[in-house]
This record gives sequence, structure tokens and C-alpha cells, in this order.
Amino acid sequence: MITLDTIRKRFGALEVLQDVSLAVRPGAVTALVGPNGSGKTTLIKIVLGLTRADHGALHVDGKLADDAGAYRRAIGYMPQAAHFPVNLRVGDVLDLVSQLRPGERIDDDLARAFAMDEVKDKLVGTLSGGTRQKVNAVIAFMFRPSLLILDEPTAGLDPLSSNVLKEKIRAVRGEGRSVLVTSHIMAELESLADDVAFLCDGRLRFSGSVAELLGHTGGSSLEDAIASLMRTERSVRRSVGELPGPVVAPPWFAPQPKGAI
Amino acid sequence: MNVVSLVLQAGLRDLSRNRWIVAYTLCFLGIAEGLFWFGGTGPQVLLSLLNLVLLVLPLVALVFGTIHVYASREFVELLLAQPVPRRQLFTGLYLGLALPLAGAFVLGAGIPFAVHAREGASLGGVVALLCAGVGLSLAFAAIATWIALRTDDRLKGIGLALGAWLAATVVYDGLVLGAAAAFGNYPLERPLLALMLANPVDVARVLVLTQLDVSALMGYTGALFERTFGTVLGTGVAAAALIIWCAVPLGLAERRFTRRDF
Repeated sequence: MITLDTIRKRFGALEVLQDVSLAVRPGAVTALVGPNGSGKTTLIKIVLGLTRADHGALHVDGKLADDAGAYRRAIGYMPQAAHFPVNLRVGDVLDLVSQLRPGERIDDDLARAFAMDEVKDKLVGTLSGGTRQKVNAVIAFMFRPSLLILDEPTAGLDPLSSNVLKEKIRAVRGEGRSVLVTSHIMAELESLADDVAFLCDGRLRFSGSVAELLGHTGGSSLEDAIASLMRTERSVRRSVGELPGPVVAPPWFAPQPKGAI
Repeated sequence: MNVVSLVLQAGLRDLSRNRWIVAYTLCFLGIAEGLFWFGGTGPQVLLSLLNLVLLVLPLVALVFGTIHVYASREFVELLLAQPVPRRQLFTGLYLGLALPLAGAFVLGAGIPFAVHAREGASLGGVVALLCAGVGLSLAFAAIATWIALRTDDRLKGIGLALGAWLAATVVYDGLVLGAAAAFGNYPLERPLLALMLANPVDVARVLVLTQLDVSALMGYTGALFERTFGTVLGTGVAAAALIIWCAVPLGLAERRFTRRDF
């Protein structure tokens, strides 16, 4: 389980995260959603220790996360795009990551499901985007971490591989582990997520179960509910003057009748 | 195995298959062998190669190094997400860049001298050339790493790398000559010696030339340097200056890597 407590982050004048407090519970898939630039990536980077918060605390499995980074043993990370050195073989990349985490129990379910044996001698530079994404997924799920952070996990995967990955995510949830997933494909999140955390302009606007979100917004699907939250957010910002109002046609403007020159 | 050696091994594996590194090795091999082939004696080849080394090594280390660090950014983020200390990861990544660059030069320039060992090049001169080349590769790879870690804009980073190369190889010498001409009536020996140590390219030049009996080729600062320090002390001072030129940018790059947000 991870707990974020009043996380703040500022890049220059831009306040990217403002007092974000969130708990990702074990045995649940939490969808982190929000419009572009809402702070999702920064929040994930703070959990991973890639970016340091200006304020607040992060606890992973009850332990305070520190700069030493040992807490990251509890985390498996799948970035949005897989960029490995192009002249390494797939086997080199997998070996490197597994040797960086010695003594951890290896889970090779996904490696077998994605037939990594068939590509392990190929250079990364010769792989298709989808195959690289499979390598990316295999690395994230390799060590049975208690928290998995997946950034757009099915982007670039074919339907069969995407299905395999989703089944793996459900299996991980069934084992009582936590999954934090971001995606812009709401249908995908709907089929996976138990909880939703909605970020907008660096503030956590909603955190709770999918059922609570649907009840809260009156939406019939996750997509409806998130769209409703985003519309509400926009209208609130407009009312306080943060956004310009809707464009209204001036009274002198009228459609020309057909045939008019 | 520790993090440094694991990341270093991956870097060596990656760059040993890199076509630019292979071409760089073959380029030095071809040029050195060509110089011998067209009738050059050992000392002549050494001096010709020195001029090439002083121009090409900093350029390749800066531009290739900067591009490589930018290209590795996402992979570095993946490695940083593992339970590894940042400092060890940085050391492995830096050595994984700098050692293949230095190794490519040593192979490319060293093999022809080994093959033509009987053609008069002094062992001290060849060793000094190879050491100067390794020092320049390590120093400019560290500067490239520092530039790429300081600037997120890739175009700006590559521009800065090219600017650093131009400054170290062309502009600096011009400024020193201009200063020497403008203040010719003053005793300039000590300031000029200090200025020479402030440029790694000049330091590498003097390191090699102190091993050869060619003081006429050293230029004003080089001749002054040998007269002030003598050959043995001069070599030691130049080698120490080159080590400092590796250590300072490396320290700055490491500090940046361990503190910055990715």
C-alpha cells in the first residue's frame, strides 16, 4: 500500500501539485486520471523517486520513502514508452534489470506469455514498437512487487497482448497487490479499475471507488463520469475567472441566405 | 556484481556495437596507417596524429556524448526507478560512455604504432599521445554529460557542446595570442602558463610535446612551459592538470545527476 500525504511540487512559477493526499489500497487497481498537464506524470515520478516533492511524505508499505531508494524494491514500473539502448539484446536488458535487483523472487509468467525466449537474442533496435512494449511490461512484472505503476500500459500492444496484460493485472490484484494505472482510454480503465483518483491542475478533485464516482456524477460509465468531472472543473474555473467564457457570436453576425453573394 | 559494473557492462556492450564508435575506431586506424603508408616516419606520424587528436577527440566526445546522454534519458529513468543509488548509477553510465570512446581511440591510433614499432616513434611519445587522447576523451565526455544534464532542450545542449568545442580548440588560442600581442611589453610568462593549464586541449598538447624534442612546435606557452618546469616535472604538471580537467566536470555532472528531477 502507498500513501501520499500533502504532496506539493512546483516547477518555477508553475504549481504542478498542490497538497495531493492519496492512498492506493492493496488488492485494488487505482486509475489515476486527469486532463493533459494535470500532474499525473509528476505524481508518478515522485512515487518512483525520479522527482523530489517540495513538501509532503510518501509511505510505501508503511515505510517512509527516502533518497536511498531501497523502498523501490516494492515497486514495479512500466513507463509509457519503452526506450532501451538500441544495440543491446533483449536478453541483455532483462538480465541487467534482474541483476540490479538481486535476491528478489522472479515472476516469469508474462515473459512466457509474451514468448520472450523467441526475441531474447534480438537487438532492441530491430524490434517493433509492440514488442518493445512487451519487454517493458515483462520488466515491470518481473519481481512480484507490492505496487505496480503502469503508465498507458496497453499503448502499442495488439489486442491479444493487451488482453494478456489485462489478465495479468487482474491476477496481480487477486494476489492482494496494488496497481496504479494511468490511461486516456476510459473503456480500458473501466474494465480494470476499482478506484479512481482524478487530478486536475495539480489538485486531487476526486478519490474513491468507481461506484462512488458514478453515484457522485450521475454518469452511466467511467468515461461519462470523468467527462462530467472535467466539465464541472472547467465551469468552476470559468466562474472564478481562470478561463475565458464561451465564444458568443456578436448580434450583427448571421448566416448568409443561400445564393447571397 | 555491483551497480557500477552492471551498468558499465551494459554501456560497453551497447557502444561496442554502435556504428559511429566502430567508424570512429576505423577512422583513426585508417588515418594512422595511411600516414605510415605514405612514407611518414614514426615521429612525423605522431605529430600529424597529435594535431588531429586535439581537434577531433574533443568534438566527437562532446557531440556524441551529448547526443548519447539525451538518447539514454528514458532508459536512465527506468533504471532510476529500480532500487539503486543514484551515485553508483551515474558512475556506471559515465564510464559506459567514456571508456568506449577512449578505447576506440586507443585501438584506432595504437594498433598502427604497434605494427610499425620499428619506424622510429619513441615509446614515450606514443604512450603520451595515447594517454592524452584518453584524458581528452574522459574530460570531454564528462563535460558533455554535464551539459546534457543541465539542459533539457536537446538542440540547445548540442549547440552548447559545439560551442564548448569551438571555445577549447579555436577561440581560446586566438584569445591567448591576442592577449600576448596586446600586452607584449609586460612579463606574461606566469599568466600565460596559468592560461595554458585552463584549457584541456592545450594541456594535452603540451603533455605529448614534452615527450618529443620539438620545442619549436610547442608554441610560445609550450616552450615556456618546458623551460619553467623541465621535461619530467612538466609532464607531471600537465598530467595532473588533465586529471583535474576530468574530475571537475565529472564532479559537476555527478552533483547534477544526484540532485536533479527527472
